[in-house]
Amino acid sequence: MVQRFVMAIDQGTTSTRCILFDHNARLVSVAQREHRQHHPRPGWVEQDAVEIWRNVDRIMPQALRDAGISADQVAALGITNQRETAVVWDRHTGVPVGRAITWEDIRTESLIAELEARPGIDQVRDRCGLPLATYFSAPKLKWLLDNVSGLRDRAERGDVLFGTMDSWLIWNLTGGVHGGLHVTDVTNASRTMLMNLSTQKWDPELLAFFDIPQQMLPEIRPSTEIRGRTVRVVPGIEIAAALGDQQAALFGQTCFAKGDTKCTYGTGSFLLMNTGNTLVRSQHGLLTTIGYQLGGEPATYALEGSIAVTGSLVQWFRDNLGLIHTAPEIETLARTVKDNGGCYIVPAFSGLFAPHWLPRARGLVVGLTSYITKGHLARAALEATAWQTREVVDAMNADLGVPAQRLRVDGGMTADHLLMQFIADVLDVPVMRPLVAETVSLGAAYAAGLAVGYWPDLEGLRRNWHLAARWTPQMDPAHRDEEYANWKRAVELTFAWAKSGRKTN
Amino acid sequence: MPGPIQSIERAAAMLRLLARGSGHHGLTEISDSLGLPRGTAHGILRTLQRVEFVEQDRATGRYRLGAALLHLGTSYLDANELRSRSINWADTLAARSGQAVRIGMHLDGAVLVVHHVFRPDDTMQTLGIGAMLPLHATALGKVLAAYDPDLSAAIRSRELTSLTRRTIVRPAALERVLAEVRSAGWAGEAEEYMPGEASIAAPIRIPGGLVVGAMGISGAVDRICDTAGRPRPALVSQVLQAAEAVTRALAAES
Repeated sequence: MVQRFVMAIDQGTTSTRCILFDHNARLVSVAQREHRQHHPRPGWVEQDAVEIWRNVDRIMPQALRDAGISADQVAALGITNQRETAVVWDRHTGVPVGRAITWEDIRTESLIAELEARPGIDQVRDRCGLPLATYFSAPKLKWLLDNVSGLRDRAERGDVLFGTMDSWLIWNLTGGVHGGLHVTDVTNASRTMLMNLSTQKWDPELLAFFDIPQQMLPEIRPSTEIRGRTVRVVPGIEIAAALGDQQAALFGQTCFAKGDTKCTYGTGSFLLMNTGNTLVRSQHGLLTTIGYQLGGEPATYALEGSIAVTGSLVQWFRDNLGLIHTAPEIETLARTVKDNGGCYIVPAFSGLFAPHWLPRARGLVVGLTSYITKGHLARAALEATAWQTREVVDAMNADLGVPAQRLRVDGGMTADHLLMQFIADVLDVPVMRPLVAETVSLGAAYAAGLAVGYWPDLEGLRRNWHLAARWTPQMDPAHRDEEYANWKRAVELTFAWAKSGRKTN
Repeated sequence: MPGPIQSIERAAAMLRLLARGSGHHGLTEISDSLGLPRGTAHGILRTLQRVEFVEQDRATGRYRLGAALLHLGTSYLDANELRSRSINWADTLAARSGQAVRIGMHLDGAVLVVHHVFRPDDTMQTLGIGAMLPLHATALGKVLAAYDPDLSAAIRSRELTSLTRRTIVRPAALERVLAEVRSAGWAGEAEEYMPGEASIAAPIRIPGGLVVGAMGISGAVDRICDTAGRPRPALVSQVLQAAEAVTRALAAES
């Protein structure tokens, strides 16, 4: 019998990857290409959707070549993507309207301030589960409609389409201008601020609030469902799932039961807890979102603690400060000293996300003395990721009234041994990494494989989860409390800076 | 005997050029100075850049000597970078073999464990990153010693500690084993480090062939070895494939 595989495309913030998995969820091949980040103005972060599409065009055949298999051996394709990043394109030519506005982009800061004063704002959070923030798609889309000349007319005439990266890729893969499908899934739709969390449909009140013409929006579909076959790049592959990257990681970590929690460490970091069929509204600064929806079943909800800047702080050390050559060297640099020397970095580059939601906060480095070396800065950078995790774990514990007993982690930064140990230390619970650190891709593969019967059920997938590493807490409790208090003081300083900073224009 | 290799001579000339005077030159200056076509000079510079002997200034596009030249004798590859670049393939090896995986680098006459993946059976295990293992009694250590002439010489000339009754303690015997490792391309060990345990390892190389680390599995001797006490061929080939995948990953980027 010919062996079959499942393909995942992970369209991430900095790169796009195509990974093939076998039936035992083992990695067979990986093809990856980075795309450029454009920073035309402070706070603006853009990407070229065409460049991303070209990367997909190269990595899909490459992954097949590296694995030595043909397209007909691919049982299904699952797509997962950086969430919230907004792209608008012309349905007749397939050409994007400018560059995509990414989730990290904060150009909508003043728009947010305006919207906050509008009537109907009280309803927004109830309907979509999200606080009004630059992070989500609707303000980005509204900004485009308000600022690109003639775009609103084209949108109203139905000449342009909006989508997150999943929609853009599926539209292109299924034919583009020649009958491409314009669809999204509930998890991606739940990040736009335009979907009603209870009905999982575009909400007329929210569309009116943000002034978005519905005809430009994709159709909302379940996360796992056969969408159709690819007709471009590698034709004939069944697209059987799509979901946002963090939801895919939740799925890849097999967090299928209510209460199951994971944290993925990448550009940003995202803690998600499965809350089953219950829509939990956070009292402590977490988001309510859709975890996943299997075809023909009700949606599974999740609570999310989103941290904007973790891995991107390490990249900033590499690209902007030049203190390291490669991201993993941050650990080597941090190990040149034994503690942070009293130095703390709050990387509020895009404001602060969970649990504070303070778009106007800006990053700062505190505790500088002539004693501080680049080693201390590196350590403070890694510690910032751990303390931000502590803040969202505390919020999760407060919302649920039950403290977490352990933390399941994944993502590229789990290769940082010092960081993982520090997270265990500051959370005071064991930190556990599964055998496949690529849980985002794995989750997309699982969802797609499930849809076509390649894997029979959730229980079968759960049996594939194995522990690869476990870090146990070792920090003295008094020291932990003292450090946490210092961190909190540093975070408060960013609030003060935001208040005294320049007025929004 | 073959004659001198022209591209190496040209590369040496480029390094000498960059080592004197301002130390910053553009492609045209370099190709004109050495009388080389620009395409040829560019190819050599790109290769020198890849091995980090030359750096290119991002803003001006000019070339200068690379930091790696100043640290030629120290480390070739950051241990944390090796872990990061190999993590997927270490996971895959653990999943395929059902055994614990370790990646080791040489440090101060011993093996420093830079990465460890648990045996995937969800039993209680302790993370061993940062542990030191003996060079002469582990498969990881034999690989590192076999491909490093100085290490081979050093362990031949010193007393080898007996850890079990099977540990190789005679330098001549170890020398033979290391020669076998070099010809086979992998190393094995059964109960030489711990009674009841065995291990298999293979080299991780950077482009050009230099061995920078070793990757291997370890576990119960009856799982790792066949009834004749030889490492199971299926496991050996899994270890070799994983180490080659990491070698490819190291070559792919940079």
